[in-house]
This record gives sequence, C-alpha cells and structure tokens, in this order.
Amino acid sequence: MALGTSPAASAIDIAGGAPPVSAAPDAFVASRGFWGNVLAKLLRDPVAMTAAFVILAIVAIALLSPWITPMDPYRGSMLRRLKPVGDATYILGSDELGRDMLSRLMVGGRLSLFIGVTPVILAFVLGSGIGILAGYVGGWVNTVLMRTIDVFFAFPSVLLAIALSGALGAGVFNSIVSLTCVFTPQIARVAESVTTQIRSRDYVDAARLSGASTLTILRAQVLGNVLGPIFVYSTSLISVSMILASGLSFLGLGVKPPEPEWGLMLNTLRTAIYVNPMVAALPGLAIFIVSISFNLFSDGLRSAMEVKA
Amino acid sequence: MLSFILQRLLTVTPVALGVSIVCFLLVHLAPGDPLSAVLPVDATQETIDAMRTTYGYDKPMPVQYLIWLWKVLHGDLGTSIATGRPVLSEVGRAVVNSLILASVATLIGFTFGCLFGFVAGYFRDSVLDRAASAVSVFGVSVPHYWLGMVLVIVFSAQLGWLPSTGAGPDGSGNWRPDLEHLRYIILPAITMSVIPMGVIARTVRALVGDILSQDFVGALRAKGLSEFGVFKHVVKNAAPTALAIMGLQLGYLLGGSILIETVFAWPGTGFLLNAAIFQRDLPLLQGAILVLAMFFVALNLIVDVVQTALDPRIERG
Repeated sequence: MALGTSPAASAIDIAGGAPPVSAAPDAFVASRGFWGNVLAKLLRDPVAMTAAFVILAIVAIALLSPWITPMDPYRGSMLRRLKPVGDATYILGSDELGRDMLSRLMVGGRLSLFIGVTPVILAFVLGSGIGILAGYVGGWVNTVLMRTIDVFFAFPSVLLAIALSGALGAGVFNSIVSLTCVFTPQIARVAESVTTQIRSRDYVDAARLSGASTLTILRAQVLGNVLGPIFVYSTSLISVSMILASGLSFLGLGVKPPEPEWGLMLNTLRTAIYVNPMVAALPGLAIFIVSISFNLFSDGLRSAMEVKA
Repeated sequence: MLSFILQRLLTVTPVALGVSIVCFLLVHLAPGDPLSAVLPVDATQETIDAMRTTYGYDKPMPVQYLIWLWKVLHGDLGTSIATGRPVLSEVGRAVVNSLILASVATLIGFTFGCLFGFVAGYFRDSVLDRAASAVSVFGVSVPHYWLGMVLVIVFSAQLGWLPSTGAGPDGSGNWRPDLEHLRYIILPAITMSVIPMGVIARTVRALVGDILSQDFVGALRAKGLSEFGVFKHVVKNAAPTALAIMGLQLGYLLGGSILIETVFAWPGTGFLLNAAIFQRDLPLLQGAILVLAMFFVALNLIVDVVQTALDPRIERG
C-alpha cells in the first residue's frame, strides 16, 4: 500500500480498478501428486507442447542421423559447390565444399545439442551442490562460497565464456568446460537462495528436533523442495547455452572442421552470403529454432510448476 | 547518501580484487609456457631462463600476482605481443568504439523494449500483448550473430542500402558522429539492440502488470484521475527498475559484443579480443578482459547508486 507515489493512495482503500481475483480451485487435480499435476498442466499448454515436440523431433533426427542422412555429410564435390535450396539432388543446397547441407544439418545437430546441453547438465549438478551446501550450512561456508561466486558475476556471460575458451584453446572439451564455468555460479546463486528459504521452514525444524541426521533432512526435506525451482531455472539456461556454444564454434573456439556443427557451419558459410544467401543462413536458423523451443518449453514448465521468475 | 556510496565501494573492492585474480590466472590457464609466444623455437635453456627472470615468471605465483597488480594499478597492462604497443592504448582505442556501438544499441533496445513492455503490460492477454511477448521471446532466443548475418544478407547483399562491415568509409579504426559513419553503425546497432529489447520488454511488462494490480492505482482511478494521469504514475513507479536493467544491459553488451563485432568487423574490444585469441597475444587478451570486467563492475556500482538515489523506496544502509 505504501508503495504508491501518490499521497492520495493510502487515503482510500478500495480496489476499484483492480481486476477481480479469479478463484478457480483446481480441486480435481489434487489427487495426482505434484509431478502428475505439472504434466497435466503442460499437456494443456499448446505452446509448450509444440516446443517439446520440436525439440524431441530434432533430437531424434540428430541421434538417428548416421542412418538416415540422404548423403555422406563429409563428402564434397568441387563441381557442385553452393547449390541453391531446392536443387534436384541437394534439397537444402550444398555448402562451400559441395557437401549436402541437409545431411550436414542433420548430423550437425548432434554436436550442437551436445555442446549446448552438456554444460547446463554439469552446471546443474555442480551449481546445485555448491548452492545447497552454502544455503543449508550457512555461516562462514556460505560467505566464502557466495563471495567467490560474486566474482564470476562480475563478468558478463559471453565475455567469461570467451575469456576461458580463448585462454584454454579451441576444442569441444574446452568449450564445455568454459560454459560450465559460466553457468555454475548462476545456478549456485539460485540454489543458495531457495535453500536458505527452505532451511528456516517449520517442517525442517520439526525433522531436526525429531532427531533426523543432516543427510536425512537434506534428502527428505530439502532436496525435494529445492530441486524443482533449480531445475526450471536450469532449463531456461539451455537456450542461452546453445547460442553461446555455437557462438564459440562460430568464432573458431569450439568444434574444429570438418566436423559438422551449426555454429561452425555458419562461420564457414559466411563467405557465401553474396553467392547463396539462403544456404548460408540455414545453420543459424537451426540454432534459432532449437533455442526458441527450449525457451518456450522452459516458460511453460515454469508456469506449470508455479515457480516465480 | 555519501555513506551509502562508501559502503557500496567497500563491498565492491573484494569483487574487483577477485576479478583481477581471475584475469591474472587466465594467462596461466593457457596451455604451454606463457613465454612460448615470445621465444624463438630454437631458444637455448639459458635464454629461456633469462627471459623467465626478466618477465618475473621465476617468482612464486602470489608474488607474480602482486607485481602484476601493482603495475595494473599504475596503468601498465603490459605490451601486446603482436603489435609491440602498450596494451592500455590498444584497449583504450577499441573501448571507445565498443562503447559507442553498445550505447546506440542500448538506446534503441530501451526505447522499443519499453514501448512493447508498456503495451503488453497495459493490455494483458490481448493480441497486442501476445505480439509484444512474441517479440521479446524472439529477442532473447535469436542467435544475434546469425541475425547480423541475415541483416547483412538483406540490406547489404540483396538491397545494397547499407555497408556490411567496418566503422567508416575510410576503413579507419574510429567511428565519428557524421552522416557517412552513421550508415555503418545502423546494422550492428540494430542487431545488438535485439537482446536488451527482449529483456527490457519482458521486465517492463511484468512491472506494469504488477503496478496496475496495486491498490493505489485503484485509488487514483477512484478519485477520478484521467487514464493519462494514471499512466504517469505507472511510468514513475516502473522507471527505477527499468533504468537499472538498461544500465546492466549496456554492460552485458559491452562485454558480449565479440560475436557481433566479428560479424561486422567493428573495430571495438570484441574484435580486438578475437585477434588476441587467434594470435595467442595473452597480455592483450588479459588486459582487454580486465578492462571490460572492471567496466562492468563499475557500471553495476553506478546503477546501484543511481537506482537508490532515484527510488526513495529502497532502504539505504
């Protein structure tokens, strides 16, 4: 109430213009349990379901690519370079070395997804560990861990990723290591703040008074309550991670040629934008589709799990 | 207020020291001997040892760090291996260009982000809201280096309206505020503005929705204030947070410009970093990252102080 800037604000206490509070208790879903509830809500969210379908389809194509690509993604032909989209042989055209774009995009998805998703999984494990430890133990452990984390927040994500992989050198492994270093502090901060809130709840005190050991409390009372929000936050990072990982390859810091990877393909095709712009833009479109799908799915998951941003 | 600034400075100091340690360690993180880039391949052991002593690499790490920090505090960031010029002057020139690009991009992003955010927040769940939300999801999901390429394809390669690379017609490394140079900044600035636009639109939408549902808005309407009058109150309430987000976005853009600067060959810090990485010019890499990170820390501090000064609701102390 006191937050208004108008002096008249506190004088009258009626919610004239405020929308009526919609009271629609989901009484019928109470018996499904938390995850059943989340799934039911997700299934009713057309945007999130479309995004999930797109992600699953792209993952399936990428995984099955060694068997289903129409052509050899590594074999080029100097005579058939930069064929346009819609070519009789090359449906999505051919690249600067005459290799089939469709096949390379299909196979390229494997590495792009791998280098984009792996850092978030690793950071989820590491960040949750650090954050839950700091939040649950508190005291000087919390101070030391969280102040160290603060240092990493002093670097914009892109700068930190490039600084680390620039120093470590190019390669898939190094790019995964640098991106893990970028996302771990972010996840740890969320984990710490959620754990600190949970730690002071009455049921944790009750468990402690009943004689439960720290490990039991962590497993039974804390983990179940903190992993949800941390998980939702982590899924929102996948989109950024995909863009950054392919960005590192785009700069020449990630995957090395001739391995097909979307970011690297985008880089090598840059010279072709005057000859065959459609083909040159295709790998970026693939990154965009995956990235936006992960973002939309994460948004759906967030509202299904009722986690505040 | 002064005591608040002093207190913030005190909390920022350990972070700044931490940043300097990370930057210092970057060189030692690099595989191989940090001297390998300077030394000839056939250098004898005596030469290597002599060089090691000259550069101070024979001392223990903490001592090396303190010596390095002392030099940095006196404005000595070392010498670029590739050009032989002082790192500080190289970074200084580039930072100006990056700052110009990032500021223009932030301004564009802020203007359109606020516009979309206000429209979406005011007309919740309308077609306008959905359109504005789609724009903001696009902004945070699009790989900006790809968007840059697409814009170059459309406006340079196909239509031939705007130049695709560089900061000016003379190929010089400096951008100047005149009409000819303006054509060069349009594409990179628009590309860059998409990210802050998405973030700001999202934040402002949530802010406006939040403010509109508060009691005081109902009270304002009840006492007969015009819708424009109410709108002014909403703007006043949303401004401190929106401005803070804008400040932070400027910092993110400055530090994250490397990909866009590479696409457009914009002569800024990102372009410099790219060159430093591929020439394995470690002093330049270290110096550029230190300057950018410190800039980000300083910007965070300024945003914090300005936000507190603007918004009487935030407790000082």
